[in-house]
Amino acid sequence: MRIEEHPILGTFEKGKTVKFTFDGKTMEGCEGEPIAMALRARGVIIHRYTTRRNEPRGVFCAIGRCTDCIMVVDGVPNVRTCVTPLREGVDVRTQMGKGPERMQG
Amino acid sequence: MQRREVVVIGAGPAGLSAAIEAAGNGVDVVVFDENDRPGGQLFKQIHKFFGSKEHRAMERGFNIGKDLLEEAKSLGVSVVLNAVVLGIYENGVMNVVLNDRIEEVKGERILVATGASENMVPFPGWTLPGVIGAGAAQTMTNIHGVRPGSRLLMVGSGNVGVVVSYQMVQAGCEVVAVIDAAPKVGGYGVHAAKIARQGIPFFLSHTVKEAHGAGRVEGATIIQVDDKWKPVPGTEKHFEVDTICVAVGLTPMTKLLGMSGCKMTYIPVLGGAVPVHDRDQRTSIPTTYVAGDVSGIEEASTAILEGRIAGLAIARSLGYLEDGAFLSRREELLNSMAGLRDGPHGIARREAKELINAAVQG
Amino acid sequence: MADHLSKKGYISDEELKLGSGVPSEQRRRRGPVAVIECIEAIPCNPCESSCKARAIFVGADITHPPELFEDKCIGCLSCVPICPGQAIFVVDESYSDQRASVTMPYEFSPLPEKNEVVTALDRSGQVLGDATVKAVRKTKKMDRTALVTIEAPREWSMKARAFRLKR
Repeated sequence: MRIEEHPILGTFEKGKTVKFTFDGKTMEGCEGEPIAMALRARGVIIHRYTTRRNEPRGVFCAIGRCTDCIMVVDGVPNVRTCVTPLREGVDVRTQMGKGPERMQG
Repeated sequence: MQRREVVVIGAGPAGLSAAIEAAGNGVDVVVFDENDRPGGQLFKQIHKFFGSKEHRAMERGFNIGKDLLEEAKSLGVSVVLNAVVLGIYENGVMNVVLNDRIEEVKGERILVATGASENMVPFPGWTLPGVIGAGAAQTMTNIHGVRPGSRLLMVGSGNVGVVVSYQMVQAGCEVVAVIDAAPKVGGYGVHAAKIARQGIPFFLSHTVKEAHGAGRVEGATIIQVDDKWKPVPGTEKHFEVDTICVAVGLTPMTKLLGMSGCKMTYIPVLGGAVPVHDRDQRTSIPTTYVAGDVSGIEEASTAILEGRIAGLAIARSLGYLEDGAFLSRREELLNSMAGLRDGPHGIARREAKELINAAVQG
Repeated sequence: MADHLSKKGYISDEELKLGSGVPSEQRRRRGPVAVIECIEAIPCNPCESSCKARAIFVGADITHPPELFEDKCIGCLSCVPICPGQAIFVVDESYSDQRASVTMPYEFSPLPEKNEVVTALDRSGQVLGDATVKAVRKTKKMDRTALVTIEAPREWSMKARAFRLKR
């Protein structure tokens, strides 16, 4: 799902390849790109399930406004993954409802 | 408390242009932007712009963005990123989140250039992952080099809908159709023609009946609507798509203005509630100015000119400019603007802006 | 906006004939000439300012649709890549007895190669048939809009406005 060669933009300047985990599975993405982009490049578009009806949600606005793409990142719920840069070793989890009640750390 | 002569909120085309015009006249300017990169939505605009040479026609949006940033920097404008303005209070005092702290900043003049957010149209299945804003699709392909999906349906035939459809084809996606509830293409005919000749059909007077899929978009059913916008049973068409892009207009992000007490007015052709402002872009609060989409939805090129006018007026109001120099420069900018607010796509915006300008006195 | 354009997204042959940017058949037979398919009043004039032959007129009111002076046009291609609407093509019906060439802007990857056979498309994206790529031009001044010249049967000269790669 990544664009190799763009007719106007050429190749994209991306950060170095880093490993992270999504729901416990190891994945690769580019350092510094939004977590949501690293997931989408791997075909992952379900980010969370709603509290009452357990419905799936994913990216809608991709610029940090709509909060539909929130996930649990390193144990912290409600992180807007479309504007949160990917770092080596980050632990990304699908958010169920409001996410874990007690935050660690 | 930090004190600055001018605080600009938003580092998009309008905010940067205002900062450049003001700083060019000697004013001290700081620009706050909540994002981690400047330029607003300009860096997603990879098509060549319309207009004439003075509007930087035939240049691509991202190049204009780069130049604005460089010019602002060379004039000593400080652009502060990851800076969220929480509210504007009395006497130009605002709260800004800076490095995880809330700080007070006072601007003798404030320019609000916060832009707009995308509208949504509800339909069964509209919350499924895979239903995204057209701006989101642009962010994915043009900033991050990631395709939103492989087969897309575009909802909305305004300039955003037709331009983004073209950009999705450039990114290697297949666009199955562009639909619009209106009976006519909303965007420029030349933009529509670029995608029509790629074999992308237009279904006008059509809306989304339903998005299908188990957990994510797997298809969409569209249906014709009659002249009263009522669906016509039996006219359904089905497309297998993994992505539905929604391009049904923008709404000015006026929250900071509303809470600070600016007089607002409702003008549908400009996107809804907009701040009343005069020809110098000054709101009902004499020290607060507006420019760009937050003052009424238009184009990047008009946002740049509004920003320039606001920056100029701010510089004069602070005593940095003689009346003569101000008036001749303003006339130059207003003439340039008149060229853009013309023709069947521009006249309604010009009339709406004139109405707003008149409302200041009333 | 013209009726067909506003309903289908592309200009019909009739709408095109009413436009002010289309050269006569006589002129097209004489050699390369611009065909300007811009019939809507939008604020734009780079075609006029790019034309060294002064063959395109827009005027001070930049929403005025461009007018072509066909006898002044030398078919130099300058206006094709600069049109933000990608609405200008250069047609040469003097190419040979039966064949014509059409030069069009192209902003997709990958680019075709010279002598490659591609599928020519009309304004609605319908397949016309095979055409041969005769030239691919890409200079810095064109700012990433390539110009591709295809050779096709003469009767397609006013129809072929896009192409698809076969690979």
